[in-house]
Amino acid sequence: MDTFFNEFFAWLPNVQLAHFLIVSAVLFALGIYGIVTRRNAILVLMGVELVLNAANINFIAFSRYSAINLDGQVAAVFVIILAAAEAAIALAIVLNIYHRFHTVNVDDVSNLKE
Amino acid sequence: MQLFDTVFYLFAFITLFSAFVVVFSRNIIYSAFSLLFTFFGVAGLYALLQADFLAVTQILIYVGGILVLLLFGVMLTNKVISVDIKTGTVQTVPAMMIVAIVAGSLAGMFYSTWKSVPVPGPLAMNTTTKSIGEMLMTSYLLPFEISSVVLLVALIGAALISRREGKA
Repeated sequence: MDTFFNEFFAWLPNVQLAHFLIVSAVLFALGIYGIVTRRNAILVLMGVELVLNAANINFIAFSRYSAINLDGQVAAVFVIILAAAEAAIALAIVLNIYHRFHTVNVDDVSNLKE
Repeated sequence: MQLFDTVFYLFAFITLFSAFVVVFSRNIIYSAFSLLFTFFGVAGLYALLQADFLAVTQILIYVGGILVLLLFGVMLTNKVISVDIKTGTVQTVPAMMIVAIVAGSLAGMFYSTWKSVPVPGPLAMNTTTKSIGEMLMTSYLLPFEISSVVLLVALIGAALISRREGKA
């Protein structure tokens, strides 16, 4: 156990790939938590954005640490493009739901038709 | 502890703390504004990973575009008069347990395997914008074109969906 802690405290200030991956894992977990617990549709979208950012950190960290090319960064560019499209469409749908049901609570919007 | 490590922990703290506020704040306005700091922190992490183009893109698109869009959504879907912009949560305890298990197992996996990852040499200090542009025009040309069509379709679709009914 002592060796574990010694190793851990030697690892902690020596930032490398695993540090970035752990940050992105925690960010991913927070995003999932926001998606499953929030009832407001806008906050669910914010959780989705957190998850996408976590995935992007992974792409770029692996691109920096395990390869000499920029393939990971190009993949991250596409993720950002799709995130922008997703946010626009999802916001339009949420606004439409609000006009129709007068709420954005995802639990109350369970009808296909009024 | 070198400057790189210190800056990494600064940006990691900004990112994770503001993400905590996003997820746990009762007020949706606070969530939206702390999402701003999350995006800035993530942009800082990109810059630390020598992805300068993506760091700038992150700020331009996420902060300048998506966050403003989300704020519009917040403002348009809440009755400002009633000042009722607090939102509820459901199933917090099981969600927290499952999420803690997911984050813990992922972090444990990353920590236990860090020795097998090769440590990279110092990268040349050149910018990545030119290389990314060349890759988008050569080996990633088809996804690039498809994503432009996706953006066009999303634009038209968003305008069509959000139009009020009856005014067609």
